[in-house]
Amino acid sequence: MYLLKRILMLIPLMLGITLITFTVIHLAPGEPVEMQMAMNPKVGKDARERLRKFYGLDRPLHEQYVTWVGKLARLDLGRSFSPDNRPVLDKIKERLPVTLSLNIIALLLEFGLAIPIGIMAATHRDTWLDKGITVFVFVGFAVPTFWLALLLMYFFGVKLNWLPISGLHSLGSDNFGTLRYLWDLAKHLVMPVMVASFGSLAGLSRYMRSTMLNVIGQDYITTARAKGLSERVVIYKHALRNALLPLITLLGFSIPGLIGGSVIFETIFAIPGMGQLFYQGAMSRDYPVVMGILVIGAFLTLIGNLIADVCYALADPRIRQS
Amino acid sequence: MAFKHTYFYAIFWQRFKRNHLAMSGACVVAALFVISLLAQVIAPWEPNAINAWSVLSPPSWQHWFGTDELGRDVLSRIIFGAQISLKVGFVAVGIAVSIGTVVGLVSGYYSGLVDATLMRFVDIMLCFPAFFLILAVITVREPSIWNIMIVIGLTGWMGVARLVRAETLSIREMDYILAARCIGCSDARIIFRHILPNAISPVLVSASLGVAGAILTESALSFLGIGVLPPTPSWGNILTSGKDYIEFAWWLSLFPGLSILITVLAYNLLGEGIRDALDPRVKR
Repeated sequence: MYLLKRILMLIPLMLGITLITFTVIHLAPGEPVEMQMAMNPKVGKDARERLRKFYGLDRPLHEQYVTWVGKLARLDLGRSFSPDNRPVLDKIKERLPVTLSLNIIALLLEFGLAIPIGIMAATHRDTWLDKGITVFVFVGFAVPTFWLALLLMYFFGVKLNWLPISGLHSLGSDNFGTLRYLWDLAKHLVMPVMVASFGSLAGLSRYMRSTMLNVIGQDYITTARAKGLSERVVIYKHALRNALLPLITLLGFSIPGLIGGSVIFETIFAIPGMGQLFYQGAMSRDYPVVMGILVIGAFLTLIGNLIADVCYALADPRIRQS
Repeated sequence: MAFKHTYFYAIFWQRFKRNHLAMSGACVVAALFVISLLAQVIAPWEPNAINAWSVLSPPSWQHWFGTDELGRDVLSRIIFGAQISLKVGFVAVGIAVSIGTVVGLVSGYYSGLVDATLMRFVDIMLCFPAFFLILAVITVREPSIWNIMIVIGLTGWMGVARLVRAETLSIREMDYILAARCIGCSDARIIFRHILPNAISPVLVSASLGVAGAILTESALSFLGIGVLPPTPSWGNILTSGKDYIEFAWWLSLFPGLSILITVLAYNLLGEGIRDALDPRVKR
């Protein structure tokens, strides 16, 4: 019942997403046809009209919107305006796995580090350890990710020459054996993953610290201590499970940030993912690509939030009751 | 009433003063204001003066932070870049806070259908990866400092709206609102004269954190070449050349990055300090 209600709620939200996407893109004064004109002054007025007709840009906006949404419902995102003229969905399909897997690795790393850091800060409250972690968190909040990428590139790529600074594979990696191929890929992934996870590591560990402090202050923790349980059992068995609950929601919320952040590190490290595709699409005013990625990015967030809420309901019976 | 207000601010200031981190943040922010205002006077060189004889020279007594690929003084460009950052930060956050406050007030005060509609709109806006949305709008329009400010503002108001709505919901039930309604105050008067002043303090916190976020976003956009366009110096676009010459000019990457880091850190500390000073539960 709960699930069904939540899924029904998605429909108006999805419509809203398409409406905003469409409006944002059509706010533009110029049209993609204009771009092609500007590059090629020889195109005459006739050709221009034909182009407009070909892309359906000559019809009123609301008609364009309805056709677009109709196609969207059948998973047809249209064809790219770029010279290759391929379906946008195909383009996204080949890019999405790269971005998703990179972000999932980053997410795992982030949570794997932030949870222990947060616990440590909370259990050692107001000691030098907690203060050190707080300083790290504040600096972490303030570091621009692209600058961090530059610094890493300078030290590990240029100075030490340990890691490759761009792409996912070395030249000629197709001929490598499986092991060497994977090793090569892993080496290419180290810096992008570090940059991708660093962004929210700080915020996440701070959040973990505060939820943990919150839980430790509860009466049942005092009870657990009073009945003589060891501190380790109290923290890791009684407190941690409750402190982890809010993180589930956070997981859902971190999706747009991760996808959005991918523009920066994919551009810097020349990784062929969604972020790079979006950047290139936006720069060349390739509307179908831009709209397609905006919509898919927002849908992914929506679904991520739904999954997070469902997980929360599964983990916490109090939510299911209400 | 006047007495009560001064008392409130006195307590606030007393608590804020004792927080050393917040005070240092406030000092850095103040220093940045002075630097931006006096950029013309304190910059040792003309920020756009090209000098073919000192291209990419490392830091020296003449050029403390070195020079860039056109021989321009990096320190002077960073000083002028501070102006841009400050402008972007304040205008963008001004837009975001205004929209967010109005939406939050209206939504919280009227509740019902108005509230539901506005909050769904907020939910939808929050689904978009903000950076994608900003990138899309900036590229379909044209990159310029004004467009950046507007777009960052238009994509950053949702948090404020939720915050103000929550405050409004609780203030609405207060007796003095009932009293105001009894003596025949209009809705607009109740919202802006009676609710707004009492709902505004948490907004200060998100405004301060928002300035930090806006400065980060602006620098990332300028770095990607779709923000503040050269030759106007901004911390982000100095870093673009930092990236191009990373192999032999570390100073081009280090100093503008540090400027962003310190500025953002200062605004974050300031924001956290305001939060702690406003929160009666935090005792220091």
